[in-house]
Amino acid sequence: MATLLEQVGPESTEPDTGLRPEIVGRNPWALAARRLRRNRIALAALILFLLIVLMSFLAPVYAHDVAHIGNPLAPNLNGTTVAGGKVVPVMQEGTGGLHLGETPIGPTWDPHHYFLGADDLGRDVASLLLYGGRSSLQIGISSAIICCAVATLLALIAGFFGGIVDAVVSRIMDIIWAFPVYLLAICIATELLTHSNGIPVGPLKISADNLWVPTFIIAFAYVSYVYRPIRGQVLSVVRKEFVEAAIAQGASNLRLMFSEILPNVVSTVIVLLPLMIATNILTESALSFLSVGVQPPNVSWGVIIGDGEDLLYTRPWVSLAPGIMIVLTVLALNVFGDGIRDALDPRAKLRVDG
Amino acid sequence: MLTFIVRRTLWTALIMFVITVVVFIIFFKTPGVDPARAIAGRNSSPQILAEIRAQFGLNRPLPIQYLLMMKSLFINRNLVSYSNQGVLVVPEVGAAAPATLSLVFGAAIIWVVVAIAMGMAAALMRGTVLDPLLMIIALIGFSTPPFWAGTVANLISQGGLHNTPLFSWVPPLGYTSFTTSPSLWFRGLLIPWLTLSFLYIGFYARVLRANLIEIQNEDFVRTARAKGLRERRVLIRHTLRNSLVTFVSLFGLDFGALVGGGAILTEVVFGIHGVGFLTYQALTSLDLPTIMATVVFGAFFIVLANAVVDVGYAWLDPRVRPN
Repeated sequence: MATLLEQVGPESTEPDTGLRPEIVGRNPWALAARRLRRNRIALAALILFLLIVLMSFLAPVYAHDVAHIGNPLAPNLNGTTVAGGKVVPVMQEGTGGLHLGETPIGPTWDPHHYFLGADDLGRDVASLLLYGGRSSLQIGISSAIICCAVATLLALIAGFFGGIVDAVVSRIMDIIWAFPVYLLAICIATELLTHSNGIPVGPLKISADNLWVPTFIIAFAYVSYVYRPIRGQVLSVVRKEFVEAAIAQGASNLRLMFSEILPNVVSTVIVLLPLMIATNILTESALSFLSVGVQPPNVSWGVIIGDGEDLLYTRPWVSLAPGIMIVLTVLALNVFGDGIRDALDPRAKLRVDG
Repeated sequence: MLTFIVRRTLWTALIMFVITVVVFIIFFKTPGVDPARAIAGRNSSPQILAEIRAQFGLNRPLPIQYLLMMKSLFINRNLVSYSNQGVLVVPEVGAAAPATLSLVFGAAIIWVVVAIAMGMAAALMRGTVLDPLLMIIALIGFSTPPFWAGTVANLISQGGLHNTPLFSWVPPLGYTSFTTSPSLWFRGLLIPWLTLSFLYIGFYARVLRANLIEIQNEDFVRTARAKGLRERRVLIRHTLRNSLVTFVSLFGLDFGALVGGGAILTEVVFGIHGVGFLTYQALTSLDLPTIMATVVFGAFFIVLANAVVDVGYAWLDPRVRPN
């Protein structure tokens, strides 16, 4: 008669964790990075985004060395350029004579001479596109970082201390959020721009065409949007046992917030960051289109689209090119953001795909 | 349920109050804009300016001025614009509202109907080419700046192709009210509707698809099928109702935000003289009363939309109802 042991079979000395051997014992960040590396589409999106950043970074190189333009942002109404082997004026004469009804030249498809044509001030659209990328990307990325940093700090404080602190901060955030985002940004921007000799901030005077003005406006408009999910995360982490354990060990509030809670909340922030950069780039372009974002002489993608409105039916590329760049950049960021979210929380991915 | 509604109404009133105060503070002390001078017009003598100041209460302390403005906005409804002399602000907003509401409601109907259809189709035909296709449409849709989508739509429909049968029915940019000419109203709004809904359709279809797939695995659906119900009945009566929850809450937020501020861009690009366009004009001329009225209009819609979403959410999902 066989004993029970014999029926069960030889015992293995390894504990049966049910996990595949290659992921046992590795920390969650390494696992997330592994999942991200395998997501080809997200990696392609990241590369696309980095390419666009690189192109914008090299804007002065293109303007000075390839297109041979001294100052791409300066109007060039009387200049000439070479198109199809002939020397042509940048602004083609209209029938009016008095420089009326002039049309800038269209795309020459020659990278050395007005690749995408000229805008209504005779400037090279291709160079403007790259310089505009610098402004749009700078504003988008820095406002997203500021927004997420401030929102995380506020969420940590509100979620950790709870009670009246949480109530006050959350109510203020709710009220800011009730204000339509675009309207809030437009209102503040309009108001600030009426100060023609600089915006007084305490002892400083910031000139109206400084790129930090739209940066802070957009960051402010979206703080409450980022605050909510992070606060939710903080609240769920605060209740966990390891926080209780740290308190029992005598950890100070500061250490609790930044050493225990923050690392567990940071994955939410990492997922939100690319999406916020994308949203902020879109918002900045909308503000600039309405002339309350980036101010002349600076240029951004939204500004170029706005300038190209008058030329829409004769020189469509002035408006089309920056828009295509925005779509590509925001698309890349969204796909990459999706990839990061899938990498950090694969269960969500399982839910979505069934 | 009743206390819930009462609390929401009080909260709404508080938010509206704070918004009006914030707008007032933002715009009131703008340098270079003297409301008395703006109302009086050029070449006005100091006496006239003083009279206007007294009449509009411009030399009273700030809180009193705020209260005066609120009174003339809400109670007397005779608030006068600063930049357009003698124009009453409230009727102006009232006249512009139908344009905005036609634009936004039309787009919303298209986007909801098409998104539900696409979402259901994608859920039923899982694993086919429809899935990545939907994903691409969704991603491009919410990666496109709304004003650029409108610009491209204009380029196509008003530009070179305007004389072809494909687009010759498109009237020039602008809005005609329904009462003036229903045909022109429709033709003028069709392209703005399609442009606006394109931005949202893909995303909403994906949300619905994800929820439908998730719910299909729930026990109650299995029970319904085990009871012998037809698949279509299971889909529509049981699955869809539960899947619509996320859809509805997101829709409420987006719709409110659209009326509240997003419509500005579409109206400016398509030349539709609605409330958004009015807001934009008022902002460029720093006309505080008009700005105040249009912002109140926008904020009211957002708050209303949020409240409707919350109530609708509670109706769709009884577990959420406070009892």
